[in-house]
Amino acid sequence: MAKDKFEDTLNRLEEIVKKMESGDLPLEDSLKAFEEGIKLSRICAKKLDESERRVEVLLKQDGKLTAAPFSDED
Amino acid sequence: MVEQILTVTALTEEIKDLLEGTFDLVWVEGEISNLRRPASGHTYFSLKDDRAQIRAVWFKPFPGARVTLSARRHALELEEGMSVVCRGRISLYASRGEYQIIVDSIEPRGIGALQRAFEQLKARLGAEGLFDDRHKKAIPFLPSRIGVITSPTGAVIRDILHVTKRRFASVSLLIAPVRVQGVEAPLEIVQAIRDMTAMENLDVLILARGGGSLEDLASFNDEAVARAIFACPIPVISAVGHETDYTIADFTADLRAPTPSAAAELVVPFRDDLIKTLFDLRRRLIRSQIHISVMLSRQVTSLRERLKDPRRLVEDYRLALDDYGERMRIRMRQQRANCNDHLRHLHIRLTQASPRTRHRQIRFTLESLFKNMVAAMRQRIEDSRRILMNDMSLLESLSPLAVLRRGYSITLRPQTGEVVRTASNVRDGEELMILLAKGQLTASVKSRLEDDTAAPFQNLHLGKKRDGERDGIDSKLDLPKG
Repeated sequence: MAKDKFEDTLNRLEEIVKKMESGDLPLEDSLKAFEEGIKLSRICAKKLDESERRVEVLLKQDGKLTAAPFSDED
Repeated sequence: MVEQILTVTALTEEIKDLLEGTFDLVWVEGEISNLRRPASGHTYFSLKDDRAQIRAVWFKPFPGARVTLSARRHALELEEGMSVVCRGRISLYASRGEYQIIVDSIEPRGIGALQRAFEQLKARLGAEGLFDDRHKKAIPFLPSRIGVITSPTGAVIRDILHVTKRRFASVSLLIAPVRVQGVEAPLEIVQAIRDMTAMENLDVLILARGGGSLEDLASFNDEAVARAIFACPIPVISAVGHETDYTIADFTADLRAPTPSAAAELVVPFRDDLIKTLFDLRRRLIRSQIHISVMLSRQVTSLRERLKDPRRLVEDYRLALDDYGERMRIRMRQQRANCNDHLRHLHIRLTQASPRTRHRQIRFTLESLFKNMVAAMRQRIEDSRRILMNDMSLLESLSPLAVLRRGYSITLRPQTGEVVRTASNVRDGEELMILLAKGQLTASVKSRLEDDTAAPFQNLHLGKKRDGERDGIDSKLDLPKG
């Protein structure tokens, strides 16, 4: 469920950016925020880049569920 | 069994009670025949199937009664041979011994039954809370794997595959192939939902089907399917390709998409948009950090500049003080000069308005008038003197003395002073006074010649002067001299 957090991560990143843009942060906090923002943006970017698309079809064999590649795509 | 003889009326009454009590509200399906619409506006027909028929009457609505649009529409569309479902009650018309169905609504067959079932199920499940918003699960923003329950062939799965690939190529899909219509369909769908739940790493389910008639969509109006959707722990999007009509599955699902493609769009964001958003946020983040650093370093510089040696501060103050003093003096000088100018100006104006000046002017005028007056007076006196001299010489020329000086004399009576002009006025021996140019004589008349002639003058010697007696006359006629 890692991807499930993508939106949260993105939202958190946006919050940090807005806070920094407001200019209210003391230097130490802003540096911390910056570090975290960069970290979050890396996480997001990684999630956007990761994994190959897999299209599978759910099959049931002897009462067991298996996912087999879906051949019909394109 | 007791033999009991009934009247026709009594029997009919009993049958009527029995019939009407038992079939108070019935649904009957059949085919319309013997359709009649007399002038009364009511509709009469028979409902029949292949083995029986029943009379039916559809009264026109009472005036003012609320008529549903569907009832009105169907009333107009009724046709001979049409298959319909009638709702009504059974009534016995005693005077003819006929029973019939009093119809209160008619629907075309097929749809009517399904629609009814749909409405009932919808009402029931709605009352149970299956459609409540509070049960709706949030759809994940970026699912890693999407379960699709649909037919493995056909346009629907192709659309979903296409849209997801186009928007976000790395999102995986797991397809649970099911039949989406027919008697088996609901069970397969229910099982597929359960199977999907058993699989791991599925973030969202799409239950999809292309559009169709109400009959075609029956499996999506199935109670078991609705309950399976409701029970599913994974968020479910319903996507029945039917823009306007909602299915029970639509109401129960966590999100309803109008078409399968729309479902794919709702569940999969555009990767490009996300990258753009992320890039933008990252850019703003960095820019903010730079901005903060620059601001702080500027602040430090500014503060350092403001940290000064106090002695320099004193010098600054002295310079400033000097400057202010100088400016003040200049200003005061200017002001004083201005005041002086003003004062001078006022003084001139005051002087011009002084009474002394006016006094001088008046005195000048006065003196001038006085001079004029004196001059005029002198002139007047001079004039008068000249006139007087003229008059005096004239007077002198007219004076009797002047005549005397020319040698004439005047004879007077000394007592009266009367001038003797004629000889006859005197008596002989009368003493007369004779006035001469110089002196006087007293003479006695010796004789008179009373003739008017002036013979004596013929011998008159006109000598100018005679000596003597002059002083005496002068002294008597002493005239003033200029």
